[in-house]
Amino acid sequence: MTPEEVIDEIKRSGLRGRGGGGFPTGLKWELTRKVKAEQKYVVCNADEGDPGAFMDRSILEGDPHTVLEAMAINGYCTEASKGLIYIRAEYPLAIERLKIAIDQAREYGLLGDDIFGTGFSFDIELRYGAGAFVCGEETALIHSMEGLRGEPTVKPPFPSESGYKGAPTNVNNVETYASVPVILLKGADWFSSIGTEKSKGTKVFALAGKVNNVGLVEVPMGTTLREVIFDIGGGIKGGKKFKAVQTGGPSGGCLTEKHLDIPIDYDNLIASGSMMGSGGMIVMDEDDCMVSVAKFYLDFTVEESCGKCAPCRIGNKRLYEMLDTITQGKGTVEDLSKLRNLANVIKDTSLCGLGQTSPNPVLSTMDNFYDEYLAHVKDHKCPSGQCKALMSYIIKEDACVGCTLCARVCPVDAISGEKKMPHVIDQSICIKCGACFEKCKFDAIFIE
Amino acid sequence: MADIKLPANKVQELRDICAKFNHEKGELINVLHAAQGIFGYLPAEVQDIVAEELNVSVAHVYGVVTFYSFFTMTPKGKYPISICMGTACYVRGAEKVLDEFKRLLDLKVGETSANGDFSISCLRCVGACGLAPVVTVGEKVYGRVAPEDVKGIIAEYK
Ligand SMILES: Cc1cc2nc3c(=O)[nH]c(=O)nc-3n(C[C@H](O)[C@H](O)[C@H](O)COP(=O)(O)O)c2cc1C
Ligand code: SF4
Ligand code: SF4
Ligand code: FES
Repeated sequence: MTPEEVIDEIKRSGLRGRGGGGFPTGLKWELTRKVKAEQKYVVCNADEGDPGAFMDRSILEGDPHTVLEAMAINGYCTEASKGLIYIRAEYPLAIERLKIAIDQAREYGLLGDDIFGTGFSFDIELRYGAGAFVCGEETALIHSMEGLRGEPTVKPPFPSESGYKGAPTNVNNVETYASVPVILLKGADWFSSIGTEKSKGTKVFALAGKVNNVGLVEVPMGTTLREVIFDIGGGIKGGKKFKAVQTGGPSGGCLTEKHLDIPIDYDNLIASGSMMGSGGMIVMDEDDCMVSVAKFYLDFTVEESCGKCAPCRIGNKRLYEMLDTITQGKGTVEDLSKLRNLANVIKDTSLCGLGQTSPNPVLSTMDNFYDEYLAHVKDHKCPSGQCKALMSYIIKEDACVGCTLCARVCPVDAISGEKKMPHVIDQSICIKCGACFEKCKFDAIFIE
Repeated sequence: MADIKLPANKVQELRDICAKFNHEKGELINVLHAAQGIFGYLPAEVQDIVAEELNVSVAHVYGVVTFYSFFTMTPKGKYPISICMGTACYVRGAEKVLDEFKRLLDLKVGETSANGDFSISCLRCVGACGLAPVVTVGEKVYGRVAPEDVKGIIAEYK
């Protein structure tokens, strides 16, 4: 096949980037091919930064050769002779297996100079991440490979025009590359027969959280969330009630009961206020407080923001503080509109994808669980009993036998009472550690 | 900062590595990975040497070291304890496990115990989410850790 024919096959297959954005892969290859340059690079994004997702790791550990093969095919199409895999240092086993695979490929003549006498030369090197989520963003990733701080830069120019060392660079995700060899083997028609109209093929999800069967699941695009969570995932752990599912990691949103029957693909997820992301899927049950979940993601963003632009660096910090105030029971109804406002400003004005998507968890939980926010700010109650500051431990007078056990375990001496008489907890001293609750043998202590 | 005397053989090892990378400044992150492998951490003295060998400013090296959470300027404990705070672990109760480690060792996140045995840090997903919540001590991985298990884990290393 000529390079043009390969690119055409990939285009016809309808393959879209599995790293999050869903950009058409064939088109990206064509764009990189069209730019004229002495040296071009092929980069594999194996930074897999979404916490709770590990499909790229499983591909690299289980079948590293598909990725190497696809990178060489890309080099053939884009006229690049050098490939780089940017892999996170947290994956030592994947790194080891990749090294072995690269050595094997060189030995068999699948990598190196003048591969099989075709005149085409291609080799691959590894580059290591160092624990920064933003380095998954392609421009940041390229800077990191150049030995710099991993800060994103404005696009355009896109990496396909000016990437690693200023040369045209094709960046694709691990799973994207892994789909390429099979498309060329079985044909574009086969691949595009799977999936929905605009999202072809299969997608691997990392199912985690409160489901019975956790792990990686590969399903055709267009499968519903219900099938994934209930049929494959075996439903919610401990027979509890399903509450929400976060797709797309910290950049995505929380989807609820009413979204369970939509077919999963790039466009449907975005239309519902979330996104595909890399394929993380975290299931939550009735015990999870959605304000706390939003706060958890914001905490992540605040820590991972590279700090280059103000909306993301300062705005997310303020968002986090507002959410914290709400979970402390000190928020007001006005805070909720401020929260939404600020979230929208950050979304519209941040430089890179991290800041542009970081308010999604807040906005989607506000859209779908507004009642829960209201309960926190109006009644100062956390409906799922997760927010420590909003709950009280109380001793039932008629159930307490006065055994004094609770008073002895309380680390701050908040419990008083005579022996064999009902005890009481001084709410102004109690730090809500729960020790008394766990120790009481008479179930006399309850949480309100 | 009190000057630390770095062992001469390790300094030589570091200089050799810089030479192996052709003193190429684009290799800074690879060099720092190797340096942390040699010394266990990256004190100012190590950064000085790296800056000199790669012919970049110390400020540049420092900027890179502090940007990436994998690099540390304080030595970790003999048994570095890492609690995964990735989403899958979080929703399965990682915070309570972390609190228990902090309570039993009387350490905060990022601190190392006075005798140098234990240190606590948080990780973002080690890719073993099916085993959430996950704790690692050195190379060893513990899965489905409950707060009750923490005491036993610490005891293994005492
Ligand atoms: C904050 C942020 C983090 C990202 N993290 C990753 C990642 O971990 N892995 C990945 O493949 N792409 C990640 N991306 C997407 C990349 O920028 C890029 O779009 C992708 O690697 C392109 O490959 P694809 O077209 O094959 O998806 C991230 C983007 C942003 C904005
Ligand atoms: S949006 Fe955030 S991560 Fe992206 S460039 Fe701005 S500060 Fe850095
Ligand atoms: S919850 Fe903790 S602090 Fe509060 S009364 Fe019980 S033991 Fe004391
Ligand atoms: S979230 Fe803890 S291992 Fe992935």
